[in-house]
Amino acid sequence: MAREAEETGMVTGSKVKKQRKKKVKENKTRIVHANILYDHAKGEENPNRHYANNKIKTTKYTLLSFLPKNLFEQFHRFANVYFVFIALLNFVPVVNAFQPELALAPVVFILSVTAIKDLWEDYRRHRSDKEINHMDCLVYSRLERRYVERYWKEVRVGDFIRLRCNEILPADVLLLSSSDPDRLCHIETATLDGETNLKQRQVVRSFFDLDCDFDPSKYNSIIECEKPNNDLNRFRGYIIHRNGRRDGLYKENLLLRGCTIRNTEEAVGIVIYAGHETKAMLNNNGPRYKRSKLERQMNVDVFWCVIILLVMCLFAAVGHGLWMFQYGDKRPVFDVLSPEGTDLSPILSAIYLFLTMIIVFQVLIPISLFVSIEIVKICQVYFIHQDMDLYDEETDSHLQCRALNITEDLGQMQYIFSDKTGTLTENKMVFRRCTVAGVEYSHDANARRLAMYQEMDSEEEECMSHGGTLTRRDSVTSHQSARVVLRSQSTKSHRRTGSRAEAKRASILSKHTAFSSPMEKDITPDPQLLDKVNECSSQLDFMRFHSQPMSQLPSDLSDIIDFFIALTICNTVVVSSPNQPRQKVRMRFELKSPVKTIEDFIKRFTPSRLTSGSNSSSSSSLITNRSSNRGCSSVLSSPSAESTLTKLDEERPARGLEHAFSPVPPNYEGKTWAAEEGELRYEAESPDEAALVYAARAYKCSLVGRLPDQVTVELPHLGKLSFELLHTLGFDSTRKRMSVVVRHPLTDQITVYTKGADSVIMDLIKPPSTDNSKGKRQRKIVYRTQNYLNLYAADGLRTLCIAKKILTKEEYACWLQRHLEAETAIQGREELLFESALRLETNLQLLGATGIEDRLQDGVPETIASLRKAGLQIWVLTGDKQETAINIAYACKLLEPEEEILTLNADSQEACALLLEESLHYIQAKFLCTSTDQAAKTFHSEFAAFDIYPSSPPSSSSHTSPFTVHRLGLVIDGRTLAYALDKNLEDKFLAVARSCRSVLCCRSTPLQKSMVVKLVRNKLKVMTLAIGDGANDVSMIQVADVGVGISGQEGMQAVMASDFALPRFQYLQKLLLVHGHWCYSRLANMILYFFYKNAMFVALIFWYQFYCGFSGSAMIDQWYLIFFNLMFSAFPQLITGTLDKDVSAETLQQLPQLYMNGQNSEEYKPYMFWMNMIDAFYQSLVCFFLPYFAYADSDVDLFTWGTPITTLALFTILLHLGIETKTWTWMNWASITFSIALFFTVALCYNASCPTCYSPSNPYWTMQRLLQDPLFYMLCVITPLAALLPRYFYRACQGTLFPSPVQVGRQLDKLPSETRRNILSLSRVKVGAQLGPKPPFLSLLKPFPKDYNHKDQKSFSNSKTAQGCQGPVLQMDNVGKSHQKGQSSPLGVTHSKKGLSDPYTFVSTEIDTLPYTKEAPGHTGESQPPSTKDSDCLDKTLDPSDLSLSSWITSTPLLTQGDSVQVTLPPAGGSQCVTYKRNSEETPGLDHTVRPTRRTEEQLANCSKDHSLQTTL
Amino acid sequence: MAKEKANSGPLARRPDNSAFKQQRLPAWSPMLTANTVLPFFYCMAVLCMLLGVWLLVTVQNTQELKLDYTEAGTCNACFAKRENASNALQPCNCTVVFPIEKAFKGNVFFYYGLRNFHQNLRRYMDSRDDAQMVGRKKNLKSPSTYCEPFEKDENGLPIAPCGAVANSIFNDSFTLVYHGSKGSTIHVPLYRSGLTWYTDKNIKYRNPKFVVGALQEYPNAFAGTAKPLYWHKPVYELDPHNPDNNGFINEDLIVWMREAAFPNFKKLYGILNRVSEPFTEGLPVGNYSIEISYNFPVQYFRGRKEVVLTTVTWFGGQNHFLPIAYLVTGGLILLLAVILTVIWWKFGKDGKNMKE
Repeated sequence: MAREAEETGMVTGSKVKKQRKKKVKENKTRIVHANILYDHAKGEENPNRHYANNKIKTTKYTLLSFLPKNLFEQFHRFANVYFVFIALLNFVPVVNAFQPELALAPVVFILSVTAIKDLWEDYRRHRSDKEINHMDCLVYSRLERRYVERYWKEVRVGDFIRLRCNEILPADVLLLSSSDPDRLCHIETATLDGETNLKQRQVVRSFFDLDCDFDPSKYNSIIECEKPNNDLNRFRGYIIHRNGRRDGLYKENLLLRGCTIRNTEEAVGIVIYAGHETKAMLNNNGPRYKRSKLERQMNVDVFWCVIILLVMCLFAAVGHGLWMFQYGDKRPVFDVLSPEGTDLSPILSAIYLFLTMIIVFQVLIPISLFVSIEIVKICQVYFIHQDMDLYDEETDSHLQCRALNITEDLGQMQYIFSDKTGTLTENKMVFRRCTVAGVEYSHDANARRLAMYQEMDSEEEECMSHGGTLTRRDSVTSHQSARVVLRSQSTKSHRRTGSRAEAKRASILSKHTAFSSPMEKDITPDPQLLDKVNECSSQLDFMRFHSQPMSQLPSDLSDIIDFFIALTICNTVVVSSPNQPRQKVRMRFELKSPVKTIEDFIKRFTPSRLTSGSNSSSSSSLITNRSSNRGCSSVLSSPSAESTLTKLDEERPARGLEHAFSPVPPNYEGKTWAAEEGELRYEAESPDEAALVYAARAYKCSLVGRLPDQVTVELPHLGKLSFELLHTLGFDSTRKRMSVVVRHPLTDQITVYTKGADSVIMDLIKPPSTDNSKGKRQRKIVYRTQNYLNLYAADGLRTLCIAKKILTKEEYACWLQRHLEAETAIQGREELLFESALRLETNLQLLGATGIEDRLQDGVPETIASLRKAGLQIWVLTGDKQETAINIAYACKLLEPEEEILTLNADSQEACALLLEESLHYIQAKFLCTSTDQAAKTFHSEFAAFDIYPSSPPSSSSHTSPFTVHRLGLVIDGRTLAYALDKNLEDKFLAVARSCRSVLCCRSTPLQKSMVVKLVRNKLKVMTLAIGDGANDVSMIQVADVGVGISGQEGMQAVMASDFALPRFQYLQKLLLVHGHWCYSRLANMILYFFYKNAMFVALIFWYQFYCGFSGSAMIDQWYLIFFNLMFSAFPQLITGTLDKDVSAETLQQLPQLYMNGQNSEEYKPYMFWMNMIDAFYQSLVCFFLPYFAYADSDVDLFTWGTPITTLALFTILLHLGIETKTWTWMNWASITFSIALFFTVALCYNASCPTCYSPSNPYWTMQRLLQDPLFYMLCVITPLAALLPRYFYRACQGTLFPSPVQVGRQLDKLPSETRRNILSLSRVKVGAQLGPKPPFLSLLKPFPKDYNHKDQKSFSNSKTAQGCQGPVLQMDNVGKSHQKGQSSPLGVTHSKKGLSDPYTFVSTEIDTLPYTKEAPGHTGESQPPSTKDSDCLDKTLDPSDLSLSSWITSTPLLTQGDSVQVTLPPAGGSQCVTYKRNSEETPGLDHTVRPTRRTEEQLANCSKDHSLQTTL
Repeated sequence: MAKEKANSGPLARRPDNSAFKQQRLPAWSPMLTANTVLPFFYCMAVLCMLLGVWLLVTVQNTQELKLDYTEAGTCNACFAKRENASNALQPCNCTVVFPIEKAFKGNVFFYYGLRNFHQNLRRYMDSRDDAQMVGRKKNLKSPSTYCEPFEKDENGLPIAPCGAVANSIFNDSFTLVYHGSKGSTIHVPLYRSGLTWYTDKNIKYRNPKFVVGALQEYPNAFAGTAKPLYWHKPVYELDPHNPDNNGFINEDLIVWMREAAFPNFKKLYGILNRVSEPFTEGLPVGNYSIEISYNFPVQYFRGRKEVVLTTVTWFGGQNHFLPIAYLVTGGLILLLAVILTVIWWKFGKDGKNMKE
């Protein structure tokens, strides 16, 4: 449409020129000319010369600018300015303490270390820039009249570039030509957004019809487009041809830098944006900087250090003033006058001294602390990167730390907020089961197959862990270079597969196709359904052969065939063949666009054609069609649609039925069929679509080709059928469905196939008429399908409903009319199209439903269990439905079967307030008053069986709040959450939420997610971690203290926003429990040690002030004083800070409780700073006074006395580190040896070097003499011993009397591995069976599927015998379940009546016309258990299978309730809370779902009561 | 971040499975519990006690004699005289008599001591020019600014040696006299050289270059310089007895220039020359007197002056502190060790497996 508008607005050439000039001046748009036009004109005349070339330079500095720029940046840090200030103070003679040049040394050293680091990083950037800049590409050269190889950096805006398959785009290129017959070009944008599915890009409209090769030399258009911006999904512009015609350019025409060309043999384009102006580069942000909690804490203590420093300086200044004062006017000979020869007044000299002392004591403010921390963090990041356990072989990606300075925060997390889809689950959709026309096909074989993948997984892992090296896969070089292009986005995302071995095989087979792992592809068909499909198609074949109208097919069979056709075509899946990746599979050509105009419609749907029963065109028609246009002319004219259509019309009658129907002979043998068709690859935009297409293919109903206007499907018996694709109404999140409008080749009816979420589709189903049998059947189908949908949801399957609708020609015409209007509308086009879609998607006929399994990622339940044991509160925030979310939560052990669940669903602010209020009361009543002890006991015995925290309750928040975490789960939906997040209610909400063990927020929007995180973070003052994989998690990730992105299939936005990017959720366990713990304890210990070290060293000088009249002289030589921190004592602490392991990785993972160490900041508490200070003062006293008394009254001179003190201090400080070091590797030994050696070497060299140079001090030959002095050695033995005695003694006592959990963990480490394993396994058994050695069969289902499956099979066999009469079967099922439930119900007779209403019957309560519901009461009545069996029941409920069964049931009512029951707040009925309490007293810990606050309107009170009661086991 | 460049391939980014990169370096992880540290405690206790006893025995064999002569004996008058700075140039001699009741065996060192003299004041210590002291002509003529305000005299002549340290040199001199049993008086012979570090005498302090053997060699070398403000004689006339002990290499000057660490200090004045009887074995029992040329005023800083005669051990002068420190520390360690033993006995034995 836009194009047509352009065409009318023709502009003359001169006008264009004028406009161009104006535009250049205004600079609002970018004008791109082809460079070849200007080859002759030298640089100045090239109109593109102003645009950035393609040479990228990501370096920050040049050789010249490095020094000033880097210094400028470094002085942004306050500490650096402070130290420079002190160094400069030294240049003032009155106050100077050191040789001024020397005083500069530490600052210069620190600055240069940072500068070198920056320089190195910059150099690396430079190198990779160079690598990228020197990649090759083909650029058209006018001189040589062909494409020549050029470096990337030589590409300029306006160049023509030829791209071949699998090449990476060097710049943003406007696609002008493609070898693809559809003028499409497929690109993979994994490096940009991480999505591995292929995207189609179109040749610019005006070049669309160019049939011969594009000839750049004939190109003479001008492109006008927007200025470079970073919006990947936006591109607007025009192309202005020589003749003045303008064509619009859209983002579909633009190929972005960094993408890879796929499936397209060759493409030619013109460079629009180059180098830094490409969208990819503009999107490239550097790593983020955050300040960690530890650092915040540290800064407080740095502040205290400053205060201590000032106090010490003040003390010395006052002391000096007094000392001066006591001599009165008579000045002693040693009191040196001012340079002018006058006396200094005591006050003035005190002031001078104050400044001097600041210089002398500057060491107290640890100048090297900041640099050391930075170095240690870089090392930690390095080690985290290097961890093999965090490396995912499948995707060849490892953990990325994008924020370099918050590693230690990982050890202090308290709350985890997790997304569900793609984070906990694999986001890999596997077709599990389906129901067609009300008949359920359970696909047991398929379930077994899926289970097998799981087993293979675990076996595989075992093999891996035994250290086998993997065979290396063939590499795809382009991937390597793609990674180079965007360094910051270096994690590629790949498809996930269940098993690694499979993954490898799969990746060879389907190199670049998303969602096509064997697990997703190889679906085992249900034999029964397969039979039906075969039967159905053979009947169809027969009918076609006998020219019978297709509508005579039995309705259940036609439903089946329709169902599969819908699965196959109602999507946007693109078919390609791996054998010829450059060529799309094309069964036949057809040149026709989707219906565009009414005339078009009329032409196409002439009555004759509608009745002719065939619409397929032939390939020959296309060829002739094409060839007519094949003039190799570059004249840009759009082909006249009219002529094409007429041509088609003419040709069509000639082609008969035979052509349409039998290109491929029917083939029943699966094997050969698979061999032929298994090659096809489906490239889908969403994993569900692919799953459904693969599922349909398993039933031999396979998609073989898709064109913009036609879908080809191959059916058994029938061969290939071509559906004329009239419209595709794409999926959107508001409608939650998509539709295709096709013309059915067999019936020739215009059919709408709709696929969408069950909640929406069910509402759109045409209400069946009650009178005729068809209507009854329809209704039956609807109800049964609904039941199965509930079942599926309860299993945690993603459900989709398939429906169809047949349009009459008139209806279609009517709709089309308005749809076209909508399409052509200029204003509000989106809304109009939306409305148009709504008009179409009504009165649908339900065909069936599918259940797709979104498998849990490997190890998710284990990870969650151990994270929870680590004291982390895990909240899941998902956009999914409540019931799906709850079931996933059960599957991943987020909710325990024996946990009570509080469900908050409210639809008004007041209701929400009341709900929260009552929940609070309930919690308090239940846990605080009645059974605290008991609850605590049971809780304890299970939760902290490994008695590491004997006294502290196992909740992290226990120290901050009176609430303890109960065995409660909170489920809240998005709407209620919105109310709960209100200012007035948020406190209550938090009070409820924090006392629950797990919180599940369903149907929450991205904004809500971030609000929840923010609320918890700010109100509870806890450390929060958000983990997610999709764009909807970005805000949450950004808000949390630590954001973790899963580099999965959903794109890179989450990763880009995150601080850490993980390949899989389960790696979170090691990241937090091991690396987080280590990083935290290492850094915390290092920081404390730093404070201690500096204080201890400075205090030595301070004590000396009492003996030198507070004059600021130091017995420690200025060199030692300045380099002590930087060199002599620096390395051991860096090594310890980087390598020390308080507990081994294995123990940390097996005993997650140790993580609480970091949560409670136990390594670095505020008092510890002061304890360290006190220890430092004590040690310095010892180190000062032992040498003092040893040398007192002797003829020792200052430095001969001071040097031993320095040495002693060094020994003491190193030994202190030794006490604090937990593991000694050779690196520790080496570093300590090196430190001591360095000190003596420096001292000896320094003392021997120059007798006159180091004025004012002069330590010439001091060290040499000391080494001959026995007293020196005697002191070296006794002083560190005496100094460290208290600490050593304390540590030994602590280790014996009250060892911290970490110490116990260390003790465990020391035990022989056998014993340790025994102890750990013991504790694990005690803690619970969560960490079972094997993942349960079908992880998504409850872990004890035997019972259920058995029943399923039974019902299945029943349904086999009694086909078409599903009622009884269902009933049986029903009975069985209610029976089971009844047995386990402890509520006895009084509640059993309510207890019987099970999901199925609940549905039926509203519509009681169905036969099977009437029988329900009788059955349930039978199943009432005698109340005497209560004890029995209790026992039974303890049985896990029963529990989970009940959990499986409990969740189902929610589904229907969501649809039908409106929960509002009635005025009365507050007594329910009491009921619950009673219930829970009767069955402590057995209640599954407690909705103490559910109140319903009068007419629904029964129902809701039914819910709550029957769900309370 | 770290990107391996060379190897491409599907597992290109797989981290190396090396002990270092996987943080699995073999390590020794000591546990600080009672039972692990007890042996160490006992060992150290025994070691310290033994060392302490040995040192104590050694120290007990030394002898020391301190004699405060500030106002003692006839020095009373001199003390009063020095109170007034205007009498600074008037010589004053006095004698102090003292007995030695137990013979000093071995090498006897003669020190002078000062109390409450802060040679360790920062500005005082800085007030010197080492470059001048090694005899650099340039610094001789223009001393370093550190010497201010003792860098030039009122005539603008550079002072040599400059600075407050040299200016305040201790200028008392002593003669030790032994009153033998028969009433004879023998001057106790003292070495007045070899008192300094070898490096001081030969490297750190050198006289300005001059022609050896020339007339007036020292005055020539120091021509154009002034004597320090408080000095009575120029630097090249410090030792009238030994012409080679003059200038910057005068041993008394060098000893003085090595600034003491504490306000109470002693400095070596001489070493007993044991060549002649009766001093071959050290100082015999008997009465002694010291003849003092009393020049150094101490009233301004409420100081005291003393002489110290002492014999030394292999680890320095008589100092009881070190052995006592060893003994006390050893005792403390022993005490703690006993406490730890009790703890270990009561709790520690089963403490190791307390988690079960």
